Amino acid sequence: MPCEGTRLRFPPCPTARTPFPLVLCAVGPGRRRLPRVGARMTLAARCRQAESGPRCGGLRQRRPRRPAGEPSRPSPPPRAWAPLEARVGVGVWAPLASVTLLSFASRFYRLSEPPHVCWDETHFGKMGSYYINRTFFFDVHPPLGKMLIGLAGYLSGYDGTFPFQKPGDRYEHHNYIGMRGFCAFLGSCLVPFCYLTVLELSKSLSAALLAASILIFDTGCITLSQYILLDPILMFFLMGAVLSMVKYNSCADRPFSTPWWFWLSLTGVNLAGAIGVKFVGLFVVLLVGLNTVYDLWELLGDLSLSLVALGKHLLARVFCLILLPLALYTAQFAVHFAVLNKSGPGDGFFSSAFQSRLIGNNLHNVSVPEHLAYGSVITMKNLRMAGGYLHSHWHLYPEGVGARQQQVTAYLHKDLNNLWVIKKHDSNTDHLDPSHSVEFVRHGDVIRLEHKETSRNLHSHQQEAPMTRKHFQVTGYGINGTGDANDFWRIEVVGRKAGKRIKVLRSQIRLTHLATGCILGSSGKTLPKWGWEQVEVTCTPYVKETPNALWNVEDHINPKLPNISLDVLKPSFPEILLESHMVMIRGNSGLKPKENEVTSKPWHWPINYQGLRFSGVNETDYRVYLLGNPVVWWLNLVTIGLYLLMVTCAIVAMKRGVQLTAELKELFEVLLHSGGKIMLGWLLHYLPFFMMGRVLYFHHYFPAMLFSSMLTGITWDTLLKFFAGCLSCFVGRRVYTYGMLALMLLIVYSFYLFHPLSYGMVGPMASDPNSPMTGLRWLESWEF
Amino acid sequence: MVTAAVFFSHFAFRGLNKPLCRMLEFLKQPVVVTAEINVNLVALTVMGLVNRLWALSYPRAVVFDEVYYGQFVSLYMKRIFFVDDSGPPFGHMLLAFGGYLGGFDGNFLWNRIGAEYSMNVPVWSLRLLPALSGALCVPLAYQILVELHFSHCAAFGAALLILFENSLITQSRLMLLESVLIFFVLLAILSYLKFYNLQKCSPFTAGWWFWLLLTGVACSCAVGVKYMGLFTYMLLLAIAGVHSWHLIGDQTLSNVSVLCHLLARGLALVVIPVAMYLSFFYVHLTLLYRSGPHDQIMTSAFQASLEGGLARITQGQPLEVAYGSQITLRNVLGKPMPCWLHSHKNTYPIRYENGRGSSHQQQVTCYPFKDVNNWWIVKDPGMQQLVVSNPPRPVRHGHIVQLVHGITTRYLNTHDVAAPLSPHSQEISCYVDYNISMPAQSLWRVEIVNRESDTDVWKTILSEVRFVHVNTSAVLKLSGASLPEWGYRQLEIIGEKLSKGYHQSMLWNVEEHRYGKSQEQKEREVELHSPTQADISKNLSFMARFTELQWKILTLKNEDTEHKYSSSPLDWITMDTNIAYWFHPISGAQIHLIGNVLTWASANVATLVYVCLFLWYLLRRRRKICDIPEDAWGLWVSAGGLCVGGWAVNYLPFFMMEKTLFLYHYLPALTFQILLIPVVLQHLTDHLCRYPGHPVGCPAVLITGEEGSEMVGFLVPAPALTLSTLHYVPSVIMLPCLPEGHGENYSVNASTEPGKLHVKLQHCFLGSPFLTGSRVQSSKLLH
Repeated sequence: MPCEGTRLRFPPCPTARTPFPLVLCAVGPGRRRLPRVGARMTLAARCRQAESGPRCGGLRQRRPRRPAGEPSRPSPPPRAWAPLEARVGVGVWAPLASVTLLSFASRFYRLSEPPHVCWDETHFGKMGSYYINRTFFFDVHPPLGKMLIGLAGYLSGYDGTFPFQKPGDRYEHHNYIGMRGFCAFLGSCLVPFCYLTVLELSKSLSAALLAASILIFDTGCITLSQYILLDPILMFFLMGAVLSMVKYNSCADRPFSTPWWFWLSLTGVNLAGAIGVKFVGLFVVLLVGLNTVYDLWELLGDLSLSLVALGKHLLARVFCLILLPLALYTAQFAVHFAVLNKSGPGDGFFSSAFQSRLIGNNLHNVSVPEHLAYGSVITMKNLRMAGGYLHSHWHLYPEGVGARQQQVTAYLHKDLNNLWVIKKHDSNTDHLDPSHSVEFVRHGDVIRLEHKETSRNLHSHQQEAPMTRKHFQVTGYGINGTGDANDFWRIEVVGRKAGKRIKVLRSQIRLTHLATGCILGSSGKTLPKWGWEQVEVTCTPYVKETPNALWNVEDHINPKLPNISLDVLKPSFPEILLESHMVMIRGNSGLKPKENEVTSKPWHWPINYQGLRFSGVNETDYRVYLLGNPVVWWLNLVTIGLYLLMVTCAIVAMKRGVQLTAELKELFEVLLHSGGKIMLGWLLHYLPFFMMGRVLYFHHYFPAMLFSSMLTGITWDTLLKFFAGCLSCFVGRRVYTYGMLALMLLIVYSFYLFHPLSYGMVGPMASDPNSPMTGLRWLESWEF
Repeated sequence: MVTAAVFFSHFAFRGLNKPLCRMLEFLKQPVVVTAEINVNLVALTVMGLVNRLWALSYPRAVVFDEVYYGQFVSLYMKRIFFVDDSGPPFGHMLLAFGGYLGGFDGNFLWNRIGAEYSMNVPVWSLRLLPALSGALCVPLAYQILVELHFSHCAAFGAALLILFENSLITQSRLMLLESVLIFFVLLAILSYLKFYNLQKCSPFTAGWWFWLLLTGVACSCAVGVKYMGLFTYMLLLAIAGVHSWHLIGDQTLSNVSVLCHLLARGLALVVIPVAMYLSFFYVHLTLLYRSGPHDQIMTSAFQASLEGGLARITQGQPLEVAYGSQITLRNVLGKPMPCWLHSHKNTYPIRYENGRGSSHQQQVTCYPFKDVNNWWIVKDPGMQQLVVSNPPRPVRHGHIVQLVHGITTRYLNTHDVAAPLSPHSQEISCYVDYNISMPAQSLWRVEIVNRESDTDVWKTILSEVRFVHVNTSAVLKLSGASLPEWGYRQLEIIGEKLSKGYHQSMLWNVEEHRYGKSQEQKEREVELHSPTQADISKNLSFMARFTELQWKILTLKNEDTEHKYSSSPLDWITMDTNIAYWFHPISGAQIHLIGNVLTWASANVATLVYVCLFLWYLLRRRRKICDIPEDAWGLWVSAGGLCVGGWAVNYLPFFMMEKTLFLYHYLPALTFQILLIPVVLQHLTDHLCRYPGHPVGCPAVLITGEEGSEMVGFLVPAPALTLSTLHYVPSVIMLPCLPEGHGENYSVNASTEPGKLHVKLQHCFLGSPFLTGSRVQSSKLLH
């Protein structure tokens, strides 16, 4: 039947058979034909029918609320097509099973190849080993992902002895399959998750299958899932969160039922997992947050709900989506700190108090006098991240760099030259003489710091500092402790009142130069050769509360004072948590690209501009190259434009008051709401990278790519249905069927072409005419 | 002054729009032209002008950032090209226009804050434009509130608050750009509101077009003055977008007329601003045609388009690089500094400090100065000669060449030896044959990156070229590191093996070029030392120059991120910071940028009240409880969207910026916040205080809920605010006030304790005759 006039609507299909030929294929020969369904049933309506399986989603028709506790079951079949429903139930599970099977097969195929360290395995494998050896380390990401890798290694019999020094190292006898297998397992789960999500959102089996096949046959997703990396773990939690969010949205008609609670709290758990692996997980938190706000807004507008009921809704969400994830996230850190109790390569990044927790660190179980007194020998540590100890040595500043006096620097390692003696500014008495009574240093005192080895005083004057020209130079000055008035410093503790004593380790100290008013600080710049590449120390005239200008006392030797155990000073768990976050955030923002360095730009990613070499460079190497399947990626890219176009047309048409049929309205509903959620997810996982200053890599795009693939499934399904509705029934159905088939065949064929990227290539490069990949290097920038 | 006031006032001409038949009646009756002049507006304008222009040329000394903008004015006067990363050129041009009016010749050395102006500097006219725009902000604020359908009383209050905000006064009276920015921002808002109000009754009339176009023009001017204007432009675009969306939904309009409406908006709000923005650059580049101090930042092609400088050297050199050409190669990136490919007799040390070995061949570096050792000769690998044949054989994309160093006649070479500072890359050297089975690998493929076809000829200055090593596919690249003592601190050149994609550090262009003629080395040396000459001039198109300059402005970074008076955005709301603009060393007179604490506090309170009330109404409306009438709600939303939105877009982005920030960056946001005060006050008096039994209750004990309460609502706070401004007058209009004994040891430059300046300032305030009875508050403010 042709379309009528300008009013767009689906003609009813009197001879309609199923529009889902793929279902039939999947189910098997016994079900070549589905029984006829009601003449006025539309495509979407049929989808909904197909959906009403044991899951709670997909039911737009209101059901009576069940008594709590009773598990959700399909409502009794209301119509004559009950047998269909039951059979379609199988028809939904079968594609899911086959999709899952394909996904696992593609991810586990040649998992053990290449048998050497690939790309970032050198980091994450190493960190897994640290967990097995319980050695403390520092990384810019939260611990969950690496803990899981460590756990997988531990369970599969890896003993943590492989050094993971650099990419290309052979694993030899070490068992690495367990860790790779774990990542591959999580990576394989993405496909069924994606399938279920799209199915739930669009109620269309073919949309779900299209989205799933995109992920199954994308070389990039396969490669990224096959190695010991954080990305498959992150994406697993991310997709898990999206899936459970979509599921609990579908349960909205039965709030506070068991499945509702289940999916809601599962969303929370997945959120905690996503942020626990990488901070990129925050974007999915944002997505769920926005979705929840929208959800609550809708509920607020529902005047049939009482305020009490609203309050319950709100509280349930606060509990499941805020408190629960927070608790789990904190728990991860608790485990992290409990497991890593030995001193290791990460110590230097953390404060003195933190280090005192670690077995093997020289601050562990040390006892020192608690309060600073005159005559004490101390070391002072700068509070900026990886800040050094205040240091001096016999060498002088070279000619032309300020005054030619003794150098004062910050030094990252423990050394005898880090020792200073606190003296009164006006007397040079030996406080260690037993005849003197102990006198404590108090907040606001004017002191003099004498370098123990060279007996020079810490000194500053109005000469420019060697690197930071606007600051003043800091030197060692005087002979045997006798200097001048420029050696006087006022010692102050941040946030304290005058007259209080100063504590070792815990007090944050500021040293103000008395004569010029500047503050002793470390600029963080490295001195040239003459300064032994130590860190510059300056006196800054700009009075700012930065950790650069704060110090704490770390070692403290004073025989006249009683030692107390540092255990008393051990930081509490919240303090550790806060500190490790500060260090991680600074570490992340410290990953700045260097000038003259070629880095990947966010706009490269969706166009699949350039991949990453996972393994091998030369012709003889076993090469693996992380690059998306270009057909898939360009399809995704085109689809985003297409989606925006369709949405614009749809909303303008609705705004202009064009009369729509019920079928079209349903299509628009899917396009706007379901597609909108996914589009929002894509935007949230992509746009923020444009504002990030840190070094970016191609693989950062993959979470966004998941959303993009789901959008492709939904958009093409809607578009084809729209055309199918416009054309006459027979042709329309064919357009739909063949359109979907063509898309999937295209994807499978392109995968056949590009599969060596993931599964490894040996032999000549693609630029060589003898290579099997000849002609596939469609972009100059691909390097395989 | 009066013309400016009349510009904003209501005109109504009556008597001429009668039917034709009655038009002849003018013979019987006189023609009557009635003009309505809003005295409020005139009064405000006059007050604004007095307030901003009084004693404008005092002090005759460089005040704070005048030292920065002044140098650009001078460069404009001398027509010398410069690049300023702080913003687009329109603002600088306006300031320079002031200088042009005053007949400034540009001869003043802007080197120090506080330096006395010499007689040739027209201080008054230089400061005139910012002061005028600052003064006109007052009537603009009035009119904006009127157009938002608030009472004249509220509008008057807003204008008074702007008039007496001393931070705005200070900023307007100097040669700075903030007041100009604020003026254009307010003008854009006002004209959009006028346009929107006309939309309802008379679309597509002359007035409608005028205000619509003015919106676009004012927006582009705001963006042209400072990039901060972009955010207000975006806000206006968003508001226009929402309004257009309503228009689309209006089904009484036909499709065609909706389309016309949308096209008109697109033209006025997108096309015209873009065109205006380009025209600013066009004027900028036309005015500045001489080469100057910032030449080095730009590419060779750009430099060659300026008069003097590189153009003098390259004028008339041959365009096409041929075999036998003598060239200098400049790195396109120019970071950390612009430099040329260089070599000299010295070799790499056999062992570096860290024990690694080198090839001990001749060093190749990048050298930031012009030097005879920067000359290279392009040689055909198949032939021995080093001169250009007749006719010259041009080098094309993909050709393989050797590069011979002119003075030492050694070949540019790379091999599998780690570079001195970047061990993952290859060393580049000039080949010395030590007979140690290390063969010469001196073949390079020329790849022209900005080619149009694959057979393009390598052109002087215009072509950006990559040199790919034939044996190892390494690419010649500037690493950015500078070599230690043995390399004379010149920059390191490496062969990048993993040449990922496009980066400017791998691109080179020929800067100086001549066809070599001498066969013998001796003659060639003489030739290399002689200047180049030939006869082709290269001019870039405007768009190419615009793109380059725009890109440079956006990407140029200043190193120094610390300043004595820099502050963080959080300090601005509470005014925890101030800036000492100027200080007279002898008399002790000073200028400070400091806000009126009462205005700032009440603006903050107004914002808070607005946001809370808005959320409250919103939630209750969602539950279908309407606290205020629908039209009042519409007013509340539109006024708030504009004022709070304007505040937010002009304030929040600063949290994400990494540049040095100052208190004056907050002033545009503050202006919007001030406009909100009367809006909130009127709303409170109109709707909340009128109903005593209302659930919200009356938050402020302002007045009783009688008719005309809004009048009282303003008459109470306005004088208080005005008085409080008087309090700050000394900080704006520098009264010499220094207690005895403090004059000697005070100096702004001596960066001493933070509290010191404040203490002095307090003395100044307490000593001034204006202040009696407000000591407590003053000292509170200053700590």
